[in-house]
Amino acid sequence: MIGYILRRILQAIPVFFGTTLLIYFMVFAMPGDPIVALFGDHGVNEAVAQQLRERYHLDQPFIVQYLIYIGGIFQGDFGTSFSGQPVADILAATFPVTLRLASIALFFEMVVGIGVGLFSGLRKGKLFDSSALVASLILISLPIFVVAFVMQLVFALNLGWARPTVSAAADWSELILPAAVLATVSIAYIIRLTRNSVIETEGMDFVRTAFGKGLSRRRVVGVHILRNSLIPVVTFLAVDFGVLLVGATVTEGIFNVPGVGRTLYQAIIRGEGPTVVSFVTVMVLIYLVVNLLTDLLYAALDPRIRYGK
Amino acid sequence: MANKDTHYVAPLDETPIAAVDSVSVAEKPSNLWIDAWRDMRKRPMFYISGVLIILVTLVALFPGWFTNVSPDTNCLLANSNAGPTAGHPLGFTKQGCDVYSRIIHGTSTSLSVGIVVTVMTAVLGILFGAFAGFYGGWLDSLLSRAGDIFFSIPYILAAVVIMSVFSKNRDVIVISLAIGIFAWPSTARVLRAEILRVKNSDFVMASTAIGVSRFRILWRHVLPNSIAPVIAVTTISLAAAIVAEATLSFLGVGLPPTFMSWGNDISQAQGDLRTAPQTLIWPSLALSITVLAFIMMGEVVRDALDPKARALR
Amino acid sequence: MSEKNTVEPLLEIRGLKVGFSTQNGDVTAVNGVDLTLMPGQTLAIVGESGSGKSTTAHAIINLLPGTGKITEGSIKFNGQELTALSESELEKVRGRQIGFVPQDPMSNLNPVWSVGFQVEETIKANGVASGKKEIRAKAIEVLKQAGLADAEKRLKQFPHQFSGGMRQRVLIGIGLSANPQLLIADEPTSALDVTVQRTILDHLDELTKEKNTAVILITHDLGLAAERAEQLVVMYRGKIVEAGPSREILENPLHPYTQRLVAAAPSLASRRLSSVKKDSSVAEFDLSAVAAQRTAAVAAKETVIQVTNLCKDYTIRGGSGLKKSSFSAVKNVSFSIARGTTMALVGESGSGKSTVAKMLLGLEKPTSGDIVIDGLRVADLSAKDLFGLRRRMQPVFQDPFGSLDPLVNIFNTIAEPLVTHKVGSRAQRRDRVMELLDQVSLPRTIATRYPNELSGGQRQRVAIARALALKPDIVILDEAVSALDVLVQAQILALLHELQQELGLTYLFITHDLAVVRVIADNVCVMSKGEIVEAASTQEVFDNPREEYTKKLLEAIPGANIKLGNKS
Repeated sequence: MIGYILRRILQAIPVFFGTTLLIYFMVFAMPGDPIVALFGDHGVNEAVAQQLRERYHLDQPFIVQYLIYIGGIFQGDFGTSFSGQPVADILAATFPVTLRLASIALFFEMVVGIGVGLFSGLRKGKLFDSSALVASLILISLPIFVVAFVMQLVFALNLGWARPTVSAAADWSELILPAAVLATVSIAYIIRLTRNSVIETEGMDFVRTAFGKGLSRRRVVGVHILRNSLIPVVTFLAVDFGVLLVGATVTEGIFNVPGVGRTLYQAIIRGEGPTVVSFVTVMVLIYLVVNLLTDLLYAALDPRIRYGK
Repeated sequence: MANKDTHYVAPLDETPIAAVDSVSVAEKPSNLWIDAWRDMRKRPMFYISGVLIILVTLVALFPGWFTNVSPDTNCLLANSNAGPTAGHPLGFTKQGCDVYSRIIHGTSTSLSVGIVVTVMTAVLGILFGAFAGFYGGWLDSLLSRAGDIFFSIPYILAAVVIMSVFSKNRDVIVISLAIGIFAWPSTARVLRAEILRVKNSDFVMASTAIGVSRFRILWRHVLPNSIAPVIAVTTISLAAAIVAEATLSFLGVGLPPTFMSWGNDISQAQGDLRTAPQTLIWPSLALSITVLAFIMMGEVVRDALDPKARALR
Repeated sequence: MSEKNTVEPLLEIRGLKVGFSTQNGDVTAVNGVDLTLMPGQTLAIVGESGSGKSTTAHAIINLLPGTGKITEGSIKFNGQELTALSESELEKVRGRQIGFVPQDPMSNLNPVWSVGFQVEETIKANGVASGKKEIRAKAIEVLKQAGLADAEKRLKQFPHQFSGGMRQRVLIGIGLSANPQLLIADEPTSALDVTVQRTILDHLDELTKEKNTAVILITHDLGLAAERAEQLVVMYRGKIVEAGPSREILENPLHPYTQRLVAAAPSLASRRLSSVKKDSSVAEFDLSAVAAQRTAAVAAKETVIQVTNLCKDYTIRGGSGLKKSSFSAVKNVSFSIARGTTMALVGESGSGKSTVAKMLLGLEKPTSGDIVIDGLRVADLSAKDLFGLRRRMQPVFQDPFGSLDPLVNIFNTIAEPLVTHKVGSRAQRRDRVMELLDQVSLPRTIATRYPNELSGGQRQRVAIARALALKPDIVILDEAVSALDVLVQAQILALLHELQQELGLTYLFITHDLAVVRVIADNVCVMSKGEIVEAASTQEVFDNPREEYTKKLLEAIPGANIKLGNKS
């Protein structure tokens, strides 16, 4: 187990440097003046541009620039937004909101996704199962902003059950609607994954043997089928939690949720290139950490890996 | 019966014995691909998605067959967000342009981004996956870590960064590159895993022992036997690329407003959700149905090519 | 006789039919089976794959998979009609009254629960003990009885930490934990090495005798069935073709199918009575004829393959993944093979026998040692010479389903060596492929077919045809008949023998099955843990084994201990 953890951490190190280098490269090593490019259509503000050139040490060789930048990250310096606010501070203010949003979404995914998937899998080929399969296929095909607008239109504007946008406080109750939107596509995937996993496990030899031992159907389903078929589902949920933490840009933007994603969204809209880069870097780091934790979770769930070779 | 001491023999006319291992050549030849094709043609989903895909392709290639209203000239602000009228079945956008015509003319954008990204991810994914899986060793470590690096950046985020850098010259090729450059590792991973399985088959060993060259083994035996899941993944990735283009355009880092794109139209309509939902709903519907068509096709293909998936049906 | 009549049968099956619904309509897997089993009796159901033997056994306690259903017939157990029971009533029969031991120890324990947990839940479900402590104590007792001496320590371990044999012991322990009156054992040891198989079956015999448990043993191995069971039932295509006392059936098989089976069983072939009727329907499966022709052949001939001090080490990653350690798969192996003879390399799994084959074929590089083929040292060969050598030495592998590329048709499969070595024109290659198909007795029409349309035996014929395409002198047969049903195996062995006579081939025959060796080989090397422990002529090894390990292997051949009376 300890060996496994060490190996995973060792593997994550080159990936960490690789990804940050890649992002840095994409922005600052492209032909032309990156600063001018980052200003986009807004016209170059010379004072800010000069400040940026100094900050990013653009007079230095590329690799030196990168090392200075990565050194900053290790000291907690993620850069500064156009308004002069440190990105770290913005993160501290917005991350808890995103965390809350992602947690509610994860809750929906677990309850609805696993529930429906399990029911479907145990009744393979029946009406419920076929309808769930068709419904999940349609849900997968809906781009998230389409889901967001439809839900906003129906639940907020027509039915008035929720406010169309979230207030600055972003309470748990306000976040239910955007979390539901965020969860929809993943729910569809989880339904299919759980269902297929249950059907596959049902066909395993050890399930037949469990019946042969004289166990009741309830026990076989609860202890053997469910436990085994949930391993891939839980792993998927964990990876998805990472995606929720970093990938809520669209939903947070539409519902005006004051989280990490909306901040990125606004930086994009305002054309604040350097802020966008800083944010993306941080999000990729979060994503990497969650993925690492997922691997550890997987090992905890599956004894073949826990005690394995 | 099988009582102690009794020796039972079944009458021979009730239990005739057949020749051992006789060959029957009555049925048509079959292999994985022939079987898959037969299986696909039995499924309604294949026809539904097939018809939709052909339709979308026709719309993209020949928009003039479907509408003669111009999507971006002759827009009258007087018609801003107006409802349907004769000749304009889906109403008007905020700028007073015909919604139906804009959807028709936006189709080619979505489809071409989808195709360029898919070709790119397939080529990169197959190259990286095949060489990493088949040759193994340090080459595998190198290619796999490279894949990990690209895989570790959620590809919408990566595309956002690339598109912010290329804010001046965004077009179909640039946006496709921005999406595709980070989307290939999943294809490579699928193929690599499959190749690792196939390359240990006895038929690979048999070919090696015959003296067939390594590259020819990869090309003639290993790749054809591992490509099936890649085809399914690729079909689905076409759908994902179309969604990604729309999402980037929606976020404002996609194609410039001069391009006819469903994502752009949806983005521009979002402020009028309450007053003119049709400007948002119709392009969204077009987008969703196109995506659904490719996702369904991907499902059908995967079910047909993977015996394990067939059992889950 | 009189005493027997007063005892009620434990199990009575009458007119049992089991059907499966598939996409192509309903298939009847079991078609009217009648069986009677007395308390404490052991009965073996023998048959090839697809005969319906396992389905019959599963039907008794309704463990039929998916779409399987009992369509007709009655199953009476202790006077109780099992087919009429509800699912929850059946749960009380399973485990408590009828125990079940499944086939493959690798897949029949749930990998995510500890072994102790899986034994304890059985004990609890069947009401054998209650209370945490008692259940635990009982679990330890059950495992100890099943032959796991250190049961206390191992309760918390997971199945993948157990060897195959130990897992099978756990499964036997589970099956017997509630002291059932009947135990259904479905090929309980076919996935294990012969020596392990033997100790486990001995142990099972002991336990069931002690508790007077009746046993239904499902097996494909006639020798094993006869050795372990008093009563034998032979099944073929869903029907019982012959049933009766084991000895009686072996000595005097009456149904033509049983006669074929007896003729084809390698373990019985060499000691079989010549009194068995030999009509033409049996001749093609008769292994004793093959064996009889061999003995004459071995005279002094030139050496074709000379292997000296061959070693192969692998580097493996240690438990933590950071340390590396070395593992010797093959240690100092030396042997030689004379032209036109068959040398058998015998060993259990992990003995290194297949690694030797791969090194000979140039698929693995030896760590040290020499392989000399016809005076050429393989290690010194340039890539071009190695390519040339491949023309003269060809392999046939074990798995008939894996050794042919499923996407290449039969013609192109057999032609591949010819194309690769640029032999002949297109038309000449065509003729050669047709000639090869004739040689392995396959119809020429098969050329346009794909491997998935062929049976295992047919595929193995195709693989042999491919190996012979370049007219090699040496064929390396790596477990080439192990995956085949016994009748097909007999046919292929006969074919190999014929081809050797005709073409003067030299065989290196790699196998785990000593019984087959006796039929086909001139010389034997017995391998264990990477080393050759005994090397001699087949006759010598079988009649007069010197090493303890060889003796153990010989004794473990199922059916080896049956003494068939000499009637003629």
